[in-house]
Amino acid sequence: MENNNLAIEVKNLVKKFGDFTAVSNINFEVPCGQIFAFLGPNGAGKSTTIKMLTTMLRPTSGEIRLNGFDPIHDQDKVRRSFGIVFQDPSLDDELTAFENMELHSVLYNVDKKIRTQRIEELLKLVELWDKRKDYVKTYSGGMKRRLEIARGLLHHPKILFLDEPTLGLDPQTRNLMWQYLKKMNQEEGITVFFSTHYMEEAEKVADEIAIIDHGKIITKGTVSQLKQQTKTDSLEDAFLSLTGSAIREESAGNVEQMRTHSKMWRSR
Amino acid sequence: MSTIYILWMRQLKRYFRSRSRIIGALGQPLLFLIAFGYGFGSIFAAAGGGNYMNFLVPGIISQSILFTAISSGINLIWDRQFGFLKETLAAPVSRLEIMLGQALGGATVATIQGAVVLVLSLFMGFSPANWLLVPLAILAMFLLSLLFTLVGIAIASKMEDFQGFQLIINFLIMPLFFLSGALFPVSAMPKALAVVAQINPVTYGVDMIRGFLSGTTHFGYTTDFAFVGGLTILLLVIGSYLFSRIEV
Repeated sequence: MENNNLAIEVKNLVKKFGDFTAVSNINFEVPCGQIFAFLGPNGAGKSTTIKMLTTMLRPTSGEIRLNGFDPIHDQDKVRRSFGIVFQDPSLDDELTAFENMELHSVLYNVDKKIRTQRIEELLKLVELWDKRKDYVKTYSGGMKRRLEIARGLLHHPKILFLDEPTLGLDPQTRNLMWQYLKKMNQEEGITVFFSTHYMEEAEKVADEIAIIDHGKIITKGTVSQLKQQTKTDSLEDAFLSLTGSAIREESAGNVEQMRTHSKMWRSR
Repeated sequence: MSTIYILWMRQLKRYFRSRSRIIGALGQPLLFLIAFGYGFGSIFAAAGGGNYMNFLVPGIISQSILFTAISSGINLIWDRQFGFLKETLAAPVSRLEIMLGQALGGATVATIQGAVVLVLSLFMGFSPANWLLVPLAILAMFLLSLLFTLVGIAIASKMEDFQGFQLIINFLIMPLFFLSGALFPVSAMPKALAVVAQINPVTYGVDMIRGFLSGTTHFGYTTDFAFVGGLTILLLVIGSYLFSRIEV
């Protein structure tokens, strides 16, 4: 499976946690330079898949190529190929916003000259420039999210992963973010792979969409293909007709439980 | 290199910004110095042991180092919990660099904490046998700090919550501290205890620091250094292996 025009290739990918199969034998490809949306109900396997693509989790079986590299054996090369905005927080609360940005640019080896200029540009974009010297722990949830997005855009990788990036963002910031992302995509050919629950967002920006449910990819295609396939006229209706309308339960993992505990005894 | 530096710097910033943590961590060694130093001092002297404060201070410095260093492991669990760990693990830098930054940062913090105890003890009647050797004592403190920071990180790599960590402190760190030569001389221990002390790395760390600060070592610098240094290298290997296997 070597194809230079593919940013992501996934073959027969499986991830099991004990008896539970989170991702069950999925296959898909994302061409270079595409904006690709990964949709699915809660607990469908979106984040698990993204974690495997980004070397955070080892697959049970199957093959992955990211920018031509294998995330299991070529971790460092894979990590040099992508950037990621995580679904849950990953900031250092005890540092200031600026320090978080600075730390990120060192980790991602952003050139010193570009660094200062880009940090300013992005912090202004998400309207946090005036608060750059404040500790992140004093930020509201929305501000943290904005900082997280700004940080994710700091270096310009081949492939950018965004795991539900717009969750909890106001429409203004969401629009600004997509403007910026589209510019990056067009000017630098950066492949964007994102998951979301906002159907209109996927409908507006995605070149192609894959829908995953119960760990399986149930369909793939452009927005109009999905609408045709389901004989519906919005992506939302197409999504509901494909995945049913039952609400999914998602068990809180260890980490989520711990986070709740720690919040309780950390509130001073 | 810049990765190691920025992660080292991060630990220092976090340390100096949490004053409550610095002061809180000084409470225990201070209490030990007062209770043991003044309480046992006269008995120790009467038994022919000499100035107990001079004997005790290196031990209490080591205690402070031990607890601060191991809590670097707790920091790693915080990082995992608050998500910051993902930020470093997804970055295009080797896990070894991340771990080294974390370890050197934690070790520096523990050394500073030990140095603060040293300064405090000067006001309580302690004075170094030879001021010129104090820098060497600081180096020895750093080595012991690095060893136990690595222990903390290695353990924390395998752990997801704090409950388990408390267990480690009670069943590993406390015994290591009490069954070393920190509070009483190895030469005066009953045979069984002396054997335990002789396989305890803390014993050699304390002995080395005591040599540079108070002028007496039981095992000699070479043995001390070989033991602590050798273990540190071993832990570096184990720690980086476990760290490279972390999943989030």
